[in-house]
Formats: sequence, structure tokens, C-alpha cells
Amino acid sequence: MACVSVSLAMDAAQALADLTEISSQIESAALFGEDGEVGASTFADEERAQAFVRAARELLDAATGLRSAASPNQVEVATAEGSIFVVRDDGRLIAATTTPEPTVGLVFYDLKSCLRAAAAGEEPASKPKRQPRKKDEDADGS
Amino acid sequence: MVRRLLGLSALLGFALAVASFVRRGAGRRRERVDLYYDDGSMVSLPDGSPESERLLALGRDALRAARA
Repeated sequence: MACVSVSLAMDAAQALADLTEISSQIESAALFGEDGEVGASTFADEERAQAFVRAARELLDAATGLRSAASPNQVEVATAEGSIFVVRDDGRLIAATTTPEPTVGLVFYDLKSCLRAAAAGEEPASKPKRQPRKKDEDADGS
Repeated sequence: MVRRLLGLSALLGFALAVASFVRRGAGRRRERVDLYYDDGSMVSLPDGSPESERLLALGRDALRAARA
């Protein structure tokens, strides 16, 4: 069981490593769940990652309350010091900070790709493996 | 001579006012909050609105947390 969780964390970490490698605009990022649990992050220490995810969650929660009918699946807050992006997809979230005036479309695309890559790494582990049908039993039954 | 100095200082004052206006405008454009929804719609919160100011403050908090 421990092997599975280490493997999942490695998949998420690998997805983040790929993200920061392909996007020079992204400074830091964290993958987390709806409950705020950090899956992986680019931060050196856990405390900073937790603080960042908490702040990102607060931002998303505040944005959710603005339209009663729907909650946003992507948020961008741009400031003169830099931008913060939060993307939600199928119960998984990613938050990232960028340099000022980033290429918004590209950053969203990269973040969604990272979420999908992390999710693809999780899927085989979360899905129960299908047992191969025994040919002998089929043969006996017929 | 005095008239020339007055004209020059008026021109300088005008130039400074224009520069300040442009800088403030550019700074304002750099600060914005955009929300994207599942149905493909996008809402850009109006500058200076309470919602926008609140989300900008939370965004700054997140940036500080990341860069601390």
C-alpha cells in the first residue's frame, strides 16, 4: 500500500517537474485535492506548500461565492508583482504563481496538462485491476 | 524671460501629469481578476469593485505565501 502512495506522489511530482521545465513563466506550483491535502509541490518545505495551498483555496472559495449558480473552474488574479492561477478539474486542483504579465492562455493550458498528467498517473492505481478470465473454466463450463 | 520660464514650467507640469496618468492607467490594467466557468463563460471583475479588491488581496496573500 505504501508503494502505491509513494508512486502516486512521484507521478504528481513528475508532472510538476515537467510543468516547471516547459513553462518559464511559472515560478511555483502545487497540486492538491478538494480537501486541501497537498499532493505535490515545487516548494522546498512542506509548511510553505501548505500555506500556499491554504491561500489558494481561500481565493477559490471567495471566487465561488460570487456567482451563486456556478463555481469557477479557473481563476486568474493578476497583480503588478505577479499572477496567481488556480485550476480545478475533476476534484483535483493546481495553483501556481507566475512572473508579472504572463501569457494567460498558455499558462492555463500548461496547468491543465499538468493536472491531466497527474491524474493519468493516479488512474491505474485507483482502478481495481480486472481479473483475466480463466480459459480452463470457460472450457469446462461449455 | 519670466513669460518663457512660466511657459516652460507649465509644459513640464503638463508632461508630469500625463506621465502620472499613463502610469496609473498601466498599473490598473496589470491588476485584474478573471474567473472562468465550466460553461465556457468568463467574468472579469470590474476594477475597484469590492469583489475585485477582495480577490486581489487574497491573490497577494497567496503570492506572499509562495515567495516568503
